[in-house]
Amino acid sequence: MKRFSGLVIAACLTLLTSTAFGADTVKIGVAGAHTGDLASYGLPTVNAAKLVAKDVNAKGGIDGKQIELLIQDEECKPEKATNAATKLISDGAVVVLGHICSGATKAALPIYTEAKIVTISPSATNPELTQSGQYPTFFRTIASDDAQAKLGVDFAIGKLAAKKIAVLHDKGDYGKGYAEYAQKFIQDGGQAEVVLFEGVTPGAVDYSAVVQKVRQTGADTVMFGGYHPEASKIVSQLKKKRVKVNFISDDGVKDDTFIKVAGADAEDVYASGPQDVSGLEMNKAAKAAHVAEFGTEAGAFFDAAYAAMQALVNAIDKADSTDSDKIMNALRTENVDTTVGTIKFDARGDAEGVGFSMYQVQGGQYVELK
Amino acid sequence: MACPSVLSTVRQGAVPSRRRRGIMDWQYFTELFLGGLTRGSIYALIAIGYTMVYGIIELINFAHGEVYMLGAFVGLIIAGVLGIMGFPAPAILVIAAVVAIIYCAGYGYTMEKIAYKPLRGAGRLSPLISAIGMSLFLQNYIILAQTSDFLPFPRLIPDFDFLEPIAHVFGSSDFVIVVTSALFMAGLTAFIKYTKMGKAMRATAQNRKMAMLLGVDSDKVISITFILGSSLAALGGVLIASHVGMVNFAIGFLAGIKAFTAAVLGGIGSIPGAMLGGLFLGLSESFATGYISSDYEDVFAFTLLVVFLIFRPSGIMGKAKVEKV
Repeated sequence: MKRFSGLVIAACLTLLTSTAFGADTVKIGVAGAHTGDLASYGLPTVNAAKLVAKDVNAKGGIDGKQIELLIQDEECKPEKATNAATKLISDGAVVVLGHICSGATKAALPIYTEAKIVTISPSATNPELTQSGQYPTFFRTIASDDAQAKLGVDFAIGKLAAKKIAVLHDKGDYGKGYAEYAQKFIQDGGQAEVVLFEGVTPGAVDYSAVVQKVRQTGADTVMFGGYHPEASKIVSQLKKKRVKVNFISDDGVKDDTFIKVAGADAEDVYASGPQDVSGLEMNKAAKAAHVAEFGTEAGAFFDAAYAAMQALVNAIDKADSTDSDKIMNALRTENVDTTVGTIKFDARGDAEGVGFSMYQVQGGQYVELK
Repeated sequence: MACPSVLSTVRQGAVPSRRRRGIMDWQYFTELFLGGLTRGSIYALIAIGYTMVYGIIELINFAHGEVYMLGAFVGLIIAGVLGIMGFPAPAILVIAAVVAIIYCAGYGYTMEKIAYKPLRGAGRLSPLISAIGMSLFLQNYIILAQTSDFLPFPRLIPDFDFLEPIAHVFGSSDFVIVVTSALFMAGLTAFIKYTKMGKAMRATAQNRKMAMLLGVDSDKVISITFILGSSLAALGGVLIASHVGMVNFAIGFLAGIKAFTAAVLGGIGSIPGAMLGGLFLGLSESFATGYISSDYEDVFAFTLLVVFLIFRPSGIMGKAKVEKV
């Protein structure tokens, strides 16, 4: 009897797997933070994926196959990201849109690399992810952190005439990476001095000691690598302690939540973020579709996510296959019109033709500085 | 993490030219001291809740940090409503704090009745697990009922004119936090020392069974303990939220851990110990950040804890316990 039931289970399992192979859908994984502190970075990507999938499916799918989205939440936590990656692969994802945060992406990539699953992140900007060459199946539609740090340093020294720069970060992969590149560029340039280089503890009750230290060093500019919750706390404590400095940060801070939380203290803050591509027709259409579908304005990384999804769909279509090598080849050779302009990917996986601009909070919103 | 070549350049070049004004810079010292005082007062307010509960029923109430977070949220909601009605900021602060205290006192009371009272005879591990469950429950309740996002908290503490000359060192919110904390802690100490209920609490803390035999209603004492502890945590929540200007469902976790550390440093079970422990932890974190590096702020706090546990396990004010045979 026992043996018989074992056979039945085996038969059921075989049946299940065979249906999965025979499915006439293309399964695309979407992984990122969909709950938790950083949900505002991840949810727009889910929406972008849904919009593109809906659009493509309405036009008959990819080579006649409908797109099926497999959505996995990992809260931007590395330990959950590995689980999400394993789950997506076992569920049969052909390619993955994600992950969102650099730390989580880095944790998940060895798993995708081993399984040869192509991933495109709209937001993981850690330089190593492409530059190390360890993850050949990884692509991204956003420029890497050293690009942002370079822009930030050039802006501080060139436009703001900074002489003494305090570099702070949140000790995370993303923030520390930005801070270390900023420090390197400042020192290589030799026109300004790094007077302080420190990490702050995310979630600490307050940052008054760090703020006093910034004052003590006589810094005229603070460069911060990290995300908006810490940035808004630091910015408001700088104001509260009457420390007058320019505050420059990264695209983790170029988020409307930052302005909402920091309120009046956010005014005049500089943050780099992806170039303003809102003038492109395709971009306008995607944003309008978001409003029509979800009733709200699109959030952070929506453009890059939409573009990444378009690139994935295009690559699978051009490759006429779900084979990873063919998809990767298509990504590297075929130009595709997306919401961030016409792009293709270089040998390392970085998108050619995307970049950053400097923004400043003026009158309660980010304005691109030309 | 950047690639190794970048790291090495970074390390070699990282010689900040700070302390231009010398190491014995009294102004800088004062700035750090006052900053630490503010932070320490908040730790102390929360630590009292931990230590009172531990003193009476030997339970580490891990959900206590969440009461602090709830206090901040209640304050936010009240402040929002009163703000629309056009109340002046100081009035809003007082009303929001009072409502948060009442609301969280209710939470503390209910929490004890639901999660801990049924487990009173069940050894020490079960209530501890129940406390962790309560903590997760409250966090997720706030995610569902409110949001998982960061919310701005209105600046309810106005800039006082008389503090303006020293606002860069000790602003009005620091002032309000330190003074309010001191007043409430003094009030609590007086309550414990001079009222009948305070006496009953001390008696229960010393020996619950004996106190019960002598007619102390220990259930009532425990309820009052939770109510008082939760009230102080709620006050801390409202004060710190208006100081830093934001709230989030997760703020209770780190604050709770730090306050717990403060309670242990001071000698868990001792109320003056919790106050001292909170101030001690806040000040040492501030000085560690100022004179060493904020990279090591938490490392420093928890190293301190380990050192204390090794060399003086009963804390600053705690008495070494004699095992009763």
